[in-house]
Amino acid sequence: MAQERKIICILCPNCCELDVSYEGKEILSIENDRCPRGLEYASEELFNPARTLITTVPIKSRNWKTVSVRTTKPVPKSRIFDVYDEVKKIRLRAPINRGDIIIENVLGFGADVIATRTVKE
Amino acid sequence: MIEKKVDIAVIGAGPGGLAAAVSAKESGADVLLIERNPFLGGILIQCIHDGFGLHLFDKNYTGPEYAEEMVNRLENAGVPYLTNCMVIDLNEKKELTVVTSKGLMKLIAKAVILAMGCRERTRGALEIPGTRPAGIYTAGVAQNLVNIQNLRIGNDVVILGSGDVGLIMARRLKIEGLNVIRVIEILPYCSGLVRNRVQCLEDYGIPLTLSSTVIDIHGKDRLEAVTMAKVDRDFNVDHDTTEKIDCDTLLLSVGLIPENELSKKAGVNLDNRTSGALVDNFYETSTEGIFSCGNVLHIHDVADYASNEGFFVGEKAAEYAKGKWKHSGGKPVKIGNGISYVVPQYIRNDCNEVELKFRVTQPFENVRIIVKNGDDVVFKKRVLKVIPSEMNILKLKSIDPEKDVEVKIVIIDKNIN
Ligand SMILES: Cc1cc2nc3c(=O)[nH]c(=O)nc-3n(C[C@H](O)[C@H](O)[C@H](O)COP(=O)(O)OP(=O)(O)OC[C@H]3O[C@@H](n4cnc5c(N)ncnc54)[C@H](O)[C@@H]3O)c2cc1C
Ligand code: SF4
Repeated sequence: MAQERKIICILCPNCCELDVSYEGKEILSIENDRCPRGLEYASEELFNPARTLITTVPIKSRNWKTVSVRTTKPVPKSRIFDVYDEVKKIRLRAPINRGDIIIENVLGFGADVIATRTVKE
Repeated sequence: MIEKKVDIAVIGAGPGGLAAAVSAKESGADVLLIERNPFLGGILIQCIHDGFGLHLFDKNYTGPEYAEEMVNRLENAGVPYLTNCMVIDLNEKKELTVVTSKGLMKLIAKAVILAMGCRERTRGALEIPGTRPAGIYTAGVAQNLVNIQNLRIGNDVVILGSGDVGLIMARRLKIEGLNVIRVIEILPYCSGLVRNRVQCLEDYGIPLTLSSTVIDIHGKDRLEAVTMAKVDRDFNVDHDTTEKIDCDTLLLSVGLIPENELSKKAGVNLDNRTSGALVDNFYETSTEGIFSCGNVLHIHDVADYASNEGFFVGEKAAEYAKGKWKHSGGKPVKIGNGISYVVPQYIRNDCNEVELKFRVTQPFENVRIIVKNGDDVVFKKRVLKVIPSEMNILKLKSIDPEKDVEVKIVIIDKNIN
């Protein structure tokens, strides 16, 4: 059966409020999209929603208590908190460079967790 | 007291000050950048979320990554800087008093660039009656405690105000496992960016209650609850709609305000619309040779705009220091219907090209943005949506600076169109 959903496209400041009707993994119709990227965004949001996880990890250092970290790619939205739990198991020690891989291929989602700040000492 | 001379002193090392220092140096000036924090980068260091650099670097950086990119540019340009040093005084003669680890320093500059950023508004929130228990923070302070100090600030959180910082913190605390109960906004619309409302609240099922405010605070040592009530169009509280919400933490995200204590000491005139300096289109303030950029001038929603402003101002300050042009004053830009402010506030009489930045007073749909120069319409653009939280930038290519420039919003009459 066809289902309806309102999705706000956030790819540009227009923030179109898309009215989407879909069945299974197929979009039947889309309204209020001002450009073709709206359809792409809607299908990602409906069938494959993913988000970048950003948080901090404690570090042993002279000047800092934390290092900020992120996933290099979005991970499935429904598993964000599982990825979080993996990240929070980590304890770091200075020095850390921005871009250093903290966890490789976290939970097999194809994304690494990297440091976003350099902590020299 | 140590005494030192420079062409250009830049106060504050956020994106605005970093960009200004780089471009002043690249324009051939001798520059010194002064920052009170032990690190460079300003507020960006605690903004660990992404969404930075989309315009300037064409990348989606987090705040710390963006800061490191800017600091790399600073180091490549060879700009000298001081950290852990605070400017405590500034006068019209462009003499700065700086507190350093070696004592006070007097710095004499040919030009000064103000880039001190902003602080958080607490006013309005302070009018809330009730007790003053622990557990009440401004959103930016909470951001620092969580992201930099690694502290857990509470368990059950209510956020007052839907500014971007509040929205970002709603998601941040949710991710850290806190119970974010709701965001309460006094206006009939969300005051932060749509992108943030969607990704920070809707993604995590955090409710947003509009046209409402907190009217009472409960708890003795630690916050125990707040009372929420609806307000009407004129913000009068409807006492029949109160609801008590149990919580141990309240974040205030009720706006940012430019930090202009130093500017005032140097006789810089401020705009009561922006709370920042009044500047001409070279970003020179009313005090000759003192320039302003970034959040200290007007609140920017994206760091890229603060950086771009800094790059421009650095170049202009370097030109001034070399004596390429003189203080002018210029003609005031007129603020028409629907416009809350315009920066710059003045246009120099020797310029035909000018960039205007402005915000609207309220959300509009299907309107025209019009700029008139004397009787001529020099800019006209139809927009489907324009909201106060998004700054608009437009470039005028050939204006007559002797004639008035006015920016306004014109509602498009549906019957005519
Ligand atoms: C919480 C928050 C979230 C944001 N999120 C985003 C986002 O997602 N994307 C985006 O693009 N933008 C975002 N922004 C906006 C962006 O960060 C700002 O526009 C930008 O940082 C402003 O830069 P600035 O250089 O003017 O000020 P700041 O970064 O505030 O820097 C000012 C600096 O001046 C220093 N200073 C002040 N007074 C003195 C003194 N007397 N002596 C010496 N030093 C002094 C301060 O210590 C500080 O380092 C956010 C802003 C905030 C506050
Ligand atoms: S659909 Fe196109 S125009 Fe509309 S918000 Fe998305 S990207 Fe922008």
